[in-house]
Amino acid sequence: MSNKTLPTWVDVGVLPLINVCLAFIVSGFVILLIGESPLEAVKYIVTGAFGYDEGIGYTLFYTTNFIFTGLAVSIAFHAGLFNIGGEGQAYIGGLGVGLMCLSLDSFMPWWALLPFAIAAGGAFGAAWAFIPAYLQAYRGSHVVITTIMFNFIASALMVYLLVNVLIEPGSMAPQSRSIMEAATLPSMQNLFAAIGIDIANSPLNVSIFLAMICCVLVWLLLWHTRLGYAIRMIGFNENAAVYSGINTRRIIVITMCISGAISALVGINEVMGAQERILLDFVAGAGFTGIAVALMGRNHPVGIVIASLLFGALKQGGAELSFENPDIPNNIVVVIEGLVILFCGALTLMTKPSMEKLFLKFYAKKENANV
Amino acid sequence: MLTTQNTQQQDSLSPAIDLRKINKSFGPVHANKDVDLIVAKGSIHGIIGENGAGKSTLMSILYGFYEADSGEILVNGKLASITSSKDAIRAGIGMVHQHFMLIENFTVLENVMLGAELSSSLKESKISARAELARLSEEFGLAVDPDAITGDLAVGLQQRVEILKALYRGAEILILDEPTGVLTPQEVKQLFDILNALRARGVSVMLITHKLQEILAITDEVTVMRGGTMVASRETSKTTKQELAELMVGRKVLLEVDKSVAQPKEVLLEADNLTIKDSAGITRLDAVSLKVHAGEILGIAGVSGNGQAELLDVLSGIIPVQEGNIHLNGTTINAKNVLNAKDFRHLSLGHVAEDRHKQGMVTDFSARECAIMGFQDEPEFNGRILMDNKAVTDHCVSLMEEFDVRPANPHLKAANFSGGNQQKLCMAREIERQPKVLLVGQPTRGVDIGAIEFIHQQIVALRDAGNAVLVVSVELEEVMSLCDRIIVMFEGRIVGEMAASDADAQKLGLLMGNAGSDDQASTQGASS
Repeated sequence: MSNKTLPTWVDVGVLPLINVCLAFIVSGFVILLIGESPLEAVKYIVTGAFGYDEGIGYTLFYTTNFIFTGLAVSIAFHAGLFNIGGEGQAYIGGLGVGLMCLSLDSFMPWWALLPFAIAAGGAFGAAWAFIPAYLQAYRGSHVVITTIMFNFIASALMVYLLVNVLIEPGSMAPQSRSIMEAATLPSMQNLFAAIGIDIANSPLNVSIFLAMICCVLVWLLLWHTRLGYAIRMIGFNENAAVYSGINTRRIIVITMCISGAISALVGINEVMGAQERILLDFVAGAGFTGIAVALMGRNHPVGIVIASLLFGALKQGGAELSFENPDIPNNIVVVIEGLVILFCGALTLMTKPSMEKLFLKFYAKKENANV
Repeated sequence: MLTTQNTQQQDSLSPAIDLRKINKSFGPVHANKDVDLIVAKGSIHGIIGENGAGKSTLMSILYGFYEADSGEILVNGKLASITSSKDAIRAGIGMVHQHFMLIENFTVLENVMLGAELSSSLKESKISARAELARLSEEFGLAVDPDAITGDLAVGLQQRVEILKALYRGAEILILDEPTGVLTPQEVKQLFDILNALRARGVSVMLITHKLQEILAITDEVTVMRGGTMVASRETSKTTKQELAELMVGRKVLLEVDKSVAQPKEVLLEADNLTIKDSAGITRLDAVSLKVHAGEILGIAGVSGNGQAELLDVLSGIIPVQEGNIHLNGTTINAKNVLNAKDFRHLSLGHVAEDRHKQGMVTDFSARECAIMGFQDEPEFNGRILMDNKAVTDHCVSLMEEFDVRPANPHLKAANFSGGNQQKLCMAREIERQPKVLLVGQPTRGVDIGAIEFIHQQIVALRDAGNAVLVVSVELEEVMSLCDRIIVMFEGRIVGEMAASDADAQKLGLLMGNAGSDDQASTQGASS
């Protein structure tokens, strides 16, 4: 009956692409408005992000972070929960990763330490998400409000810990001591060197493989397990979930904890992989970008990988842009990101009716031709 | 208003509505195909058809919600271009929607004049509206207190306000969309009195319904739609229920449920003094006690919203027992022994929810995912860690085969099935396990006549196999023909019980309105 719906490939493929293009066109006008050439800007962004191996390294490094936070937001979203707290959960998760590394780095190599670090980070991130989740499920405090609050609490807590507790004795900078070389994750440069390929140094490390594994696991969880079935049912229709005998409160808490634990893996990439120590504000907004990534990726792991790559490229290419052309302020990238979010998130459905009309016209023609 | 009266005088011979070759497509779906319709002035014209027959589309075109792809609309003999509801109102067409478009905390007067105020001063508008409202009330016998808060009025009175709203805007042609769905039989009678009064004063009424007896009771002419086309027009006095039903479905249908006399045996489900208060502290279920025996179908009649939903929810474990006990297959469930919906299913209870879209299925899920709702943890659908998706799909395919769900595509989104097929899938899911006790809420709400027959047969078959069935329905005819014993609920209490063989619409109707006392009081209060 309701043939008004578009086929999946248009819905998840063509529509987001159109939205991104629209965002870029408007961005172009903004750049034109400040008296610079949009084409030149595009050139800098693209070459900055993909033009040479160091740039690619940085792009993929940022992509890794965004995959983690994007997956975290999306899994909560499938249960109808808007987890704004990825930033704080990643921050506290990173603390867990760092503490585990700092206490065990003299005893074992990175590959033995990694499971412990993931477990500790995951536990810390999950714990940070647990409190808002519990308050949502059993006390009715809205998770959006509480997770935002917890971002601020996480930030204040980390400042306190780094300034007063974890600071390297004798150092002026609020950061912990370095994790021992052998206990940090191998960089991609080392990995490629081992097979005889020489690439430039970048923070990109083996965490990107972990991100890929997470994508598969999240996909399996959501569409191939009972828990995923329950999560999605709650997201679509909570009454139906109660009707099906699902303990919705428990599932809400579990979902948020999983979401927090995935966010925490940013800590593996940053603390154990790139920075090799705990330092202030290492998350640098990845938690918030994850929301945009999940929105644009339609909460599907494949979409999230693609969206993460886009935002990773924008971040790296944008840095390059303001470096190459100081007349274009760094904030222009924030504007572009904002426009992408606006078009892919808030205005997702703007182009849908016209696309539907267009498609149906085409479809009707085909139908008539067949008759 | 004056202009429409003038036009009426000019073309008093031409029909009120003349639709010519109306076509409307939604993509590949041809919702209206060359529809012709003539509604005589001062007549009541019934339009019947199954869900998806195109009735609503046609009325939406007439009222300006949609624009027809081709075809002409003539109002009082004049070609009218109706592209918005404003145009429709200007042409003298009024519509009373199935779900009222009223602001509950406004007074009747405010609701009536909303959007049609005569001046920018509220005070002046109110004075003139009050005078006009009084005139209309008197002329058409539509007594309503203009200063009553609309939300406090009984449903039947709210409907009057809707009709007054249309008349206030100068409607000469009134479209009523399923107007009796929420009314008690007594309120239906009052509505029909009003419609007769309107007809006597020259108003043309178009009545859209799927209830055949109402068509026969009130209309002058009836048009049957099927699959987007007009299949027949009849003078009501020269047709029968059976003929209309066959025209609607396109084949012979059984209107009466074919069943033998019930052979009730032991009690399988017993409710003992169940009381439920909602979160606002209002008593929704008031000391309800009932027994359902093996081999019988117990029907719960009542106007919707009188505790039936809460009764089904508590009997199926969706809301916990607060006071009282449930005895189900030898297990007692009460405030101390709280079980959830899954535990109830393990005690061999099936539950077809009253509202598929809110409870019984997830419209965004595929059919195969809907087919295991409530049974998602059963070992047959699960491996050690992952779900056995193939088993889930196979299960859905076999349910679809058994219950003739169309299209038999387990991967199709549930929302894309028709109401009848959604309901069949829900019934299949619950009945397939042959539960000892089956709860069914509104077995045939939004279901086509053809599927109604099938669903009733399945319920009777389950009873004949020695199981207990409890049916909640707001369709009196369904309760009377399907059930063996009938309980009537009013404001959360059981106010009457009788064998189905002793029941008639009059008796049940009086009980449903609690001997009519409350409703009549409010009606009289409003008219004085």
